[in-house]
Amino acid sequence: MTVGFPTRAREELANAQLRRNMGKATATIRAKRARVVAELDDWEALRSAGAGIKARALATLPEQLERLEASVTAAGGVVHWARDAAEANAHVARIAHEHGVDEVVKVKSIATEETQLNEALAAEGITAHETDLAELIVQLSNDAPSHILVPAIHRNREEIRALFERTIAQGQQLTSDPPALTEAARRFLRERFLRARMGVSGANFGVAETGTICVVESEGNGRMCTTLPEVLVTVMGIEKVLPEHRDLEVMLQLLPRSSTAERMNPYTSLWTGVSADDGPREFHLVLLDNGRTDVLADEVGRQALRCIRCSACLNSCPVYSRTGGHAYESVYPGPIGAILTPQLRGLDEAPTLPWASSLCGACYEVCPVKIDIPSVLIHLRGRVTREVKSSRDPEAVSMAIVARAFATRRRYETAQRLARLGRGPIARLPLGPLAGWTATRDLPEVPAESFRQWWRRRGEAAAGGERSETERGEAAAGGEPSGTERGEAAAGDEPSGTER
Amino acid sequence: MRIALFITCFNDTLFPGTGRAVVEVLERLGHEVDFPVEQTCCGQMHGNSGYQPEATELARRFVRVFGDAERIVSPSGSCAAMVREQYPSLARLAGDEQLGRDVAALGERTFEFSELLTDELGVEDVGAVFPHRVTYHPTCHSLRLLNVGDKPLRLLRAVRDIDLVELPEAQECCGFGGTFAVKNADTSMAMLGDKLRHVRETLAEVVVAGDNSCLMHMGGALRRERAGVRTMHLAEVLASRGA
Repeated sequence: MTVGFPTRAREELANAQLRRNMGKATATIRAKRARVVAELDDWEALRSAGAGIKARALATLPEQLERLEASVTAAGGVVHWARDAAEANAHVARIAHEHGVDEVVKVKSIATEETQLNEALAAEGITAHETDLAELIVQLSNDAPSHILVPAIHRNREEIRALFERTIAQGQQLTSDPPALTEAARRFLRERFLRARMGVSGANFGVAETGTICVVESEGNGRMCTTLPEVLVTVMGIEKVLPEHRDLEVMLQLLPRSSTAERMNPYTSLWTGVSADDGPREFHLVLLDNGRTDVLADEVGRQALRCIRCSACLNSCPVYSRTGGHAYESVYPGPIGAILTPQLRGLDEAPTLPWASSLCGACYEVCPVKIDIPSVLIHLRGRVTREVKSSRDPEAVSMAIVARAFATRRRYETAQRLARLGRGPIARLPLGPLAGWTATRDLPEVPAESFRQWWRRRGEAAAGGERSETERGEAAAGGEPSGTERGEAAAGDEPSGTER
Repeated sequence: MRIALFITCFNDTLFPGTGRAVVEVLERLGHEVDFPVEQTCCGQMHGNSGYQPEATELARRFVRVFGDAERIVSPSGSCAAMVREQYPSLARLAGDEQLGRDVAALGERTFEFSELLTDELGVEDVGAVFPHRVTYHPTCHSLRLLNVGDKPLRLLRAVRDIDLVELPEAQECCGFGGTFAVKNADTSMAMLGDKLRHVRETLAEVVVAGDNSCLMHMGGALRRERAGVRTMHLAEVLASRGA
């Protein structure tokens, strides 16, 4: 169970350094993305193709996974299936033990953050070294990633310099210049790359047709981890499968422009099983479910599995860019996290996340695989309301009362009159003063005359007191359940005719 | 042209001046406005808050009330978007195919105010005079669900004596988001703070938008701060003759 987004967000929003770091970093990457996306005339067609490819993969997932298993096996790899995080971690630990390995080098991977692999390996006496610069920063400071792509986005250079001087560059005087900081990390990591006998990676894509695994990264550390050690283990979420090799053509255009705002990704590693004279001598692929088949069962929610972890939705989100990633209490922060986390973990484990959005739609606009995040958020709000909340929940009670008030004209008009007195169903709305609106904002007075009262007054003045044609027609065609109406009127509401 | 006004419960109750302004502009342009009095609420608040069955009932009511209207106009981007973009998913969720057909047909005839003026009625200059410094905030649902683009700005540019200044980071959400403004009040305020900082940078007297809900959020804080900046619905600027 989590603390919940509103509370965690409140804490994070109070951190001025975080606000400045996040605001600056997301604004920069947002602007860069917009520039490189604008260069392509066929961007919208690419998005549609990307969405189509992923939708096809998910619609035929069992078939694609069996194809992937067969082709990886044919290429000399070994495929392991993991129902949950514990099974996935156990596979990795067992392979390490089989090779007598007590340390591994890791490529940045959110799947293994999700399974908490590093902690599981540590419990088995195996040290995992993160080799992505930002992951290293997070690991050294015992912190948690706050961004899918830039895990240390919440840290600035000064904070990183201080951290390195405390840890990997003890006794040295560093400057906060990025080259100097990178150099310190490089010296530390190089030694580990050369020493490690086992590498662990995630996967951006796994091609069913050929058994090819694709890892996309920017620092070259991934290339080192996937080629230098004798044994390579890849942990891949089952939704990462692509049916055909040619599908990479679309994905490798969409991903870099959306994530790092680059035209082409710097280090794209593709490997198929093992090769006799090159790279690792053993390759293991761990296919991770961990709640994904449950997500697939939800017709609306399943589009979240199309995600290619580009993080464009995070950078464009006005909520994320202010709260940062930790407020989401998940390895998947931001808008995609708000729809993925509750589905993967269970709605009762993260019931506030579907509301961590103003539904502004900026995320959907930039999503390279067209995940309609606002619609999924609304869908999940409905599921939380129906499946998790009690019908006696105060909000549910208010909403039922308001819905009843809006069900007939007479009740609605009564509610309007009561609202003027600060009473009745409308005053109970979740936007009313009791709900905290007025802590920071003034609330407008309810005007003495509603629009409909003005309209009637005007019509009657024009027609000399006669009710207008339209109104008579509407009232006749209204067909309200008269029993209920009588009940309402009897309950003390004046008939609407007295409004004048 | 005969145009049915979908006022929205929010405007009907809290911002009747916006409805009067819509009537004034449309009648000034020679059109006939009809107000189906049986209308109540489109169900957006229920739909967006997780109460889809309640929202679906209100959608059915909307179809009964507006079913015969030739053209429907709403001075609210998000309520127009509810009808056009969200009713179909409510019908799907309810498994109600008839409702699905009805709302699809109705959606084609439902327009936000600036869309109706520019696309359906083909006007940009509605004869308004507004001698004030103004900045325009494009509300998220008009921008991203309805794709109104620069239609409201084209209408504003045609207003005589207006001093229209561009709002920095205009397309970023103001932080209202319906119940988001109270459920996540802290985050909402953080967003609003930045929005109002940009508003002040323009030195505008008036912030204009096509949705009174976002304006109530912005205006509520501007009044609390005694900022000397007022909020106004686009329709009210377009109805103005120089006051």
